[in-house]
Amino acid sequence: MANVRVIRRRIRGIQNIAKITKAMEMIATAKMRQARERALAGHPYAEKIQQVIADLAALPETGRPLHPLLQRRPVARIAVVHITPDRGLCGGLNINLNRLTADFILKQEVPVALINVGRKGLEFMRRYRRDIVAEFTHLGDRPSLLDTLPISRVVIDYYSQGYVDLVYLAYAQFVSTTVQRPVLRELLPVEPASIPTAQNVDYIYEPGPEQVLGALLPRFVEMEVYHAILESIASEQAARMVAMRNATDSANGLISDLTLLYYKARQEAITKEILDIAGGAEALA
Amino acid sequence: MAGLRLDIVTAERAVYSEEVDMVIAPGVEGQLGILPHHVPLMTVLVAGELRIKKGGEEETLAISGGFLEVRPDRVVVLADAAERAEEIDVARAEEAKRRAQERLAAKYAPGVDVARAEAALRRALARLKVAEMARKRKR
Repeated sequence: MANVRVIRRRIRGIQNIAKITKAMEMIATAKMRQARERALAGHPYAEKIQQVIADLAALPETGRPLHPLLQRRPVARIAVVHITPDRGLCGGLNINLNRLTADFILKQEVPVALINVGRKGLEFMRRYRRDIVAEFTHLGDRPSLLDTLPISRVVIDYYSQGYVDLVYLAYAQFVSTTVQRPVLRELLPVEPASIPTAQNVDYIYEPGPEQVLGALLPRFVEMEVYHAILESIASEQAARMVAMRNATDSANGLISDLTLLYYKARQEAITKEILDIAGGAEALA
Repeated sequence: MAGLRLDIVTAERAVYSEEVDMVIAPGVEGQLGILPHHVPLMTVLVAGELRIKKGGEEETLAISGGFLEVRPDRVVVLADAAERAEEIDVARAEEAKRRAQERLAAKYAPGVDVARAEAALRRALARLKVAEMARKRKR
């Protein structure tokens, strides 16, 4: 019976798929761990820089105008830095991210410009003809700070030139291996009040508080963007890891179902053959 | 004598974290020597060598600008990039130096950002100097 051969071929095909998804799961696990470690390695820097900005912002008013990156202006145009993976096969992560940003855009009364990072978000936003002002793809699985600087450069330039008045950062927050939450939060203007103020030490600032703050703020933005990207990579890999584990599990389930079917079909074929032989012998006798 | 805890961190990693005796850093207003019990200070750093003295030994790191926070018992360097001598890619630094010099030579050509070229040159020179010093010390 042909059925037996067909089933056997399917089982073999599914076994190969299971091998691939298993390998992808293991690769994703390793990459996720790496991305998380890299994100953690930057924490001391992040904490320090936030503390210093908070200290500086807490200084008595000098009467001079605020640094441009701290100024809150009437909003005529918003920018969203939309960070997505380059690749699929990571469950609902891409869809959730795209939906979050798309919903946000639809709710705004002012035009929204998109700064797109990652191919999946780019394809989506292109299809819906959103206003994409800058795009960055193929950052790889382990971008260095240097690789992400062009992105922060664009953000800072647009903001300080007054092209946009509010900048949001949309990315997949890494909550745990099983939970990745798409989030959208304000990046610019920098809100020093949201940063917990540290112990107040009276520092001498060289050359002066404004210059130090002026040099620190762009670094802060660069670091925020870099971190969001690392976190989004960790989320992508975690999502892929889970998706691939599910795929492997269902492939294995399918294999055991088909194996059962295969044995049944084989048994049937053998029984039929014996019946044939027995029938033939009887006819001869 | 009370110690001085030195932490050098970048956005990518913690580079250095140890008790030291003295730190000499390239501040925007000139070289800064910091000993324990220094008055609290916060300053911008330029690209250059950061020298660390510790029990008679001296180590030098190349840093590409950043910030320095000083408290009586602690020094924190927030560097844009920081490398120990053995981590420096000399060939790459040479290449960067050559490119920066070329751009500076064509100063008045359109599209040359003099300030950026100068900053790049300073970074390359700092790296080369640190690598050179470490080589000499080894001998």
